[in-house]
Amino acid sequence: MSNNPIPKQNVPISWLFKMAWRDSRKNRSRLFLFISSIILGIAALVAVYSFKDNLQNDIDRQAKELTGADLIVESRKAVSKQTQQMLKTMGDDRAAESTFASMVYFVKGGGSRLVQMKALEGNYPFYGSIETTPASAAKSFFSGRDALVDKTLMLQFNAKTGDSINVGDLSFKIAGVLDKAPGQTGISSSVAPIVYIPLKYLDKTGLVKTGSRINYKYYYKFNSSNELTSIIKQLQPKLEKESLDLDTVAERKEQTGRSFGDLNRFLALTGFIALLLGCVGVGSAIHVYIQEKLSAIATLRCMGLKAWDAFLIYLIQVSFIGIIAAIIGSVLGTLIQFLLPIVLKDFLPVEITMQVSWSAIGQGLLLGLVISVLFALPSLLSVRRISPLNAIRATFENSTSKKRDLLKGFVYLLMMAFIVGFTYLQMKTWLQTIAFTAGILIAFLLLMAFSGILMFLVKKLLPASLSYLWRQGFANLYRPNNQTLMLTMSIGLSTAFICTLYFVQGILINRVTLSSGASQPNMVLFDIQNTQKIAVTDLAKSYKLPLMNQVPVITMRIEEINGKKAGADSTNKRAFRNEIRATYQDTLTAAEKIIDGKWIAQVNSPKDVVYISLDQNFARSIKVKLNDKIVFNVQGMLLPTVVGSLREVNWSRMQTNFRVVFPSGVLEQAPQFHVLMTRVPNSETSASFQGAVVRKFPNISVIDLGLVLKLLDELLGKISFVIQFMAGFSMITGWIVLISAVLTSKNQRIKESILLRTMGASRKQILAINAIEYFFLGLFAAAAGLILALSGSWALAKFSFDASFIPPLLPTFLLFSSVILLVVITGVLSSRSILNKPPLQILRNEGN
Amino acid sequence: MESILNIRNVSKIYQSAGRELTVLNNINFSIDTGSTVAITGPSGSGKTTLLGLCAGLDRASSGSVELSGVVLDKLTEDERAAVRNQYVGFIFQNFQLLPTLTALENVMVPLELRGAKNIKSHALELLDKVGLADRGHHYPVQLSGGEQQRVSLARAFSNRPALLFADEPTGNLDAETSEKIIKLLFDLNKDAGTTLVIVTHDPDLAARTNRVIKMKGGLIIADENPNYV
Repeated sequence: MSNNPIPKQNVPISWLFKMAWRDSRKNRSRLFLFISSIILGIAALVAVYSFKDNLQNDIDRQAKELTGADLIVESRKAVSKQTQQMLKTMGDDRAAESTFASMVYFVKGGGSRLVQMKALEGNYPFYGSIETTPASAAKSFFSGRDALVDKTLMLQFNAKTGDSINVGDLSFKIAGVLDKAPGQTGISSSVAPIVYIPLKYLDKTGLVKTGSRINYKYYYKFNSSNELTSIIKQLQPKLEKESLDLDTVAERKEQTGRSFGDLNRFLALTGFIALLLGCVGVGSAIHVYIQEKLSAIATLRCMGLKAWDAFLIYLIQVSFIGIIAAIIGSVLGTLIQFLLPIVLKDFLPVEITMQVSWSAIGQGLLLGLVISVLFALPSLLSVRRISPLNAIRATFENSTSKKRDLLKGFVYLLMMAFIVGFTYLQMKTWLQTIAFTAGILIAFLLLMAFSGILMFLVKKLLPASLSYLWRQGFANLYRPNNQTLMLTMSIGLSTAFICTLYFVQGILINRVTLSSGASQPNMVLFDIQNTQKIAVTDLAKSYKLPLMNQVPVITMRIEEINGKKAGADSTNKRAFRNEIRATYQDTLTAAEKIIDGKWIAQVNSPKDVVYISLDQNFARSIKVKLNDKIVFNVQGMLLPTVVGSLREVNWSRMQTNFRVVFPSGVLEQAPQFHVLMTRVPNSETSASFQGAVVRKFPNISVIDLGLVLKLLDELLGKISFVIQFMAGFSMITGWIVLISAVLTSKNQRIKESILLRTMGASRKQILAINAIEYFFLGLFAAAAGLILALSGSWALAKFSFDASFIPPLLPTFLLFSSVILLVVITGVLSSRSILNKPPLQILRNEGN
Repeated sequence: MESILNIRNVSKIYQSAGRELTVLNNINFSIDTGSTVAITGPSGSGKTTLLGLCAGLDRASSGSVELSGVVLDKLTEDERAAVRNQYVGFIFQNFQLLPTLTALENVMVPLELRGAKNIKSHALELLDKVGLADRGHHYPVQLSGGEQQRVSLARAFSNRPALLFADEPTGNLDAETSEKIIKLLFDLNKDAGTTLVIVTHDPDLAARTNRVIKMKGGLIIADENPNYV
């Protein structure tokens, strides 16, 4: 017999495409459903990227309007006369502003509130405008003793243009409603509402006193950018020496871009989680799809199709559907981007002009293609190993080769690299990247472990005495090709995400609510001068308010640390730069605990060494140890001290706490103001007491914790709306994955349902089996998610917020039940189609 | 006469639950070109495993398989696929038509895999031979069992194989349809001059071949010409 050569066989690539097209017939809608899991993830990312591009463009375009000037010189203390002289001659146009916190009193309504007071002179802003109603008020308020009042304040106190407000000792007429100040956001206006008054009246208000915390700003316009550059170069060392800050349009642009970079990173990562969730769905659905194709692939292999060619047919299919999903996702994302400015409107300092971002769409398309192929690859690669023997023996043991597939291992590595790489592109730091990836990985592993344990337990503990319907329903959870793992992951992750958001919001609100508990102060009065101390105390007593905490505050700076002055120690600039507010006391408060050294309560003689106590974190930040020598500059007087002790301070307690505490007997005569804390029983007393304080002591500021709580609630509400909007992508993706999983498993259940119906099972009984299965699937998945959320929230509460965490029972239960209900309804509705057809019709269609 | 298939000392051993299971034990035979052979035996006798090895669908644990002058033992899976495409045709018990392809497309696939051109007329001709000329655009699900097996016959002959393997070709059909299919199979085989190897339980079908190889427990227990039985 002759020895024939091995025949050469090269399938044309066009045939592979043709075969991929043919093979996808009758499966296209299913394939599309699998891949649709990634549509929302892509859409979320394209929306975020487009928004990022548009925001960056708008920041670039409106950068000058953010600052309103070419150059801003800023100081937290009054500048020296010499510097002032220099500041008055710079630039082609200039303006000055003093910003400080102060109470305003609305004369007509009698209400008062702490506001951000801006005393302005000059043509500021040089770019953009102060937006007011009427528009002319922005300029006209300079001419008289007029004020511009933030619109939220006007609404709160039901004030009208023409009404009067008291600021310190002076009364101002409201010339207009302040709609928007340069660079101001909706959030900042509700947290710290602004009132503009002309600078020339500031002194007469009597609010500028010792220890007043005033921020001085000098705005400049330069007609030539070269001049600006040379001035900055020339001024920088000089101004830094006086602790003055320089802010330019470019810096503000960068800074705004950076802070929105954080927001975009967060939004992108939320979208990425939705995408990952979709990928798990795609991976799992394609796995089942390929399993169903086993016989067709084996037949083709019998007829001579090469392993890699078989792989290519399905790779082409997945790639095409992936591209379609990416296109739909990108279109959807481009549409969704128009919603983002509405969702984020309170956080944006610039007006957003939405445009189609082709680079965002490009990224979305690429991402959709890469991710659908990458996550389908492990299943696709197994196509290579399907033995042709499956065509002649359906239950052939080696349906796919059992040998370890190195390529598959490589693909898993690629997937990890993709997740890490993508995260790094968003985060830009390895630490955050690793933390995020590890967090996601741990969540996935925990959910996997959870579903594994549940399947094991159900299998082991399922009592034989249960009725058939229950046993069958339970058995569906662990039998081959079950959906337990995938659904636990997708539903669990979405549940965990939503619940954690809800819990964290609750923790933050609780923390503030708790600090306003019955025994805690809920009102803080500060800037009380020495001469006002007794009168304020008396006023509080006349309102029957308890004096819960009354401490002196002295403003100072560090002059020397261990003999080194600011200029000599370039490594510790921070220590010398900031103003310090210290106190003196003879006993430690309940919030303080000495952890090192010894607390010295009293200095008896001026010759004695002054041993001070530092907050341990502050000591670490200014690189100071026990027994180090610090010289403080207390309003011009140098005061040498030694670090005598380090304290652990519980900053979360509602009381005044200090980084630097002096013993009594040292600072009693130093310029100082006082802080008083009290508790008002209700909002009426609060309003009336605040009004009395403002009328009698206009310089004193009052913080009403009730208002802070309300603001925080409002702020968190706005933030959580943004988060929930993004989490919605994950939730809907989870739901699509659920539908996809149910429909995937439907084909595997047809035979069984028909068998049961042939044997006499009623439609109702089969529905009951399905309902039981989906009920427990939903229950397990939601429980897994809830456990993750509870542990995560508990950890956040304990380690990040230093608060206790008690989950709200009713909302948690409602959330939990809704998830289960959604799973059961989706599951039962999707499998109902099998029951509505006669068994014979389904039998004939089976396998198609 | 020249042999188209030579099986020499072939054994197949599976590892099952840590134990060795010998499914085929030192099998030897040759098949002459153009002959018709039936492999029969009870369930579990190893006949389907033997068919898999003969057709190059699987690799023997030991021994040698030579098909159409090509020794399959050391070939890679893809090389064996090329051999199958060139020399082998298949008819399966459960028809194994590709459900997403029409009858015509199913018949065309083996030739398309070869990269052959202008194959539609040849495929239509074959469909005509099996009496399904007007059903070419129908999907398998729209055809009866007998019709599906006829498409399967047309597909098996489409690449003009030197050797045709039929695995229980009438196993899923009623007696009347089975008879028609068998007749068609032998007629087509005669026309094409193909060597036919049939795995079957059916003694009547086996009796129509030139030679019957009987198997039991992984061994050949008889190798005879039914016309002399």
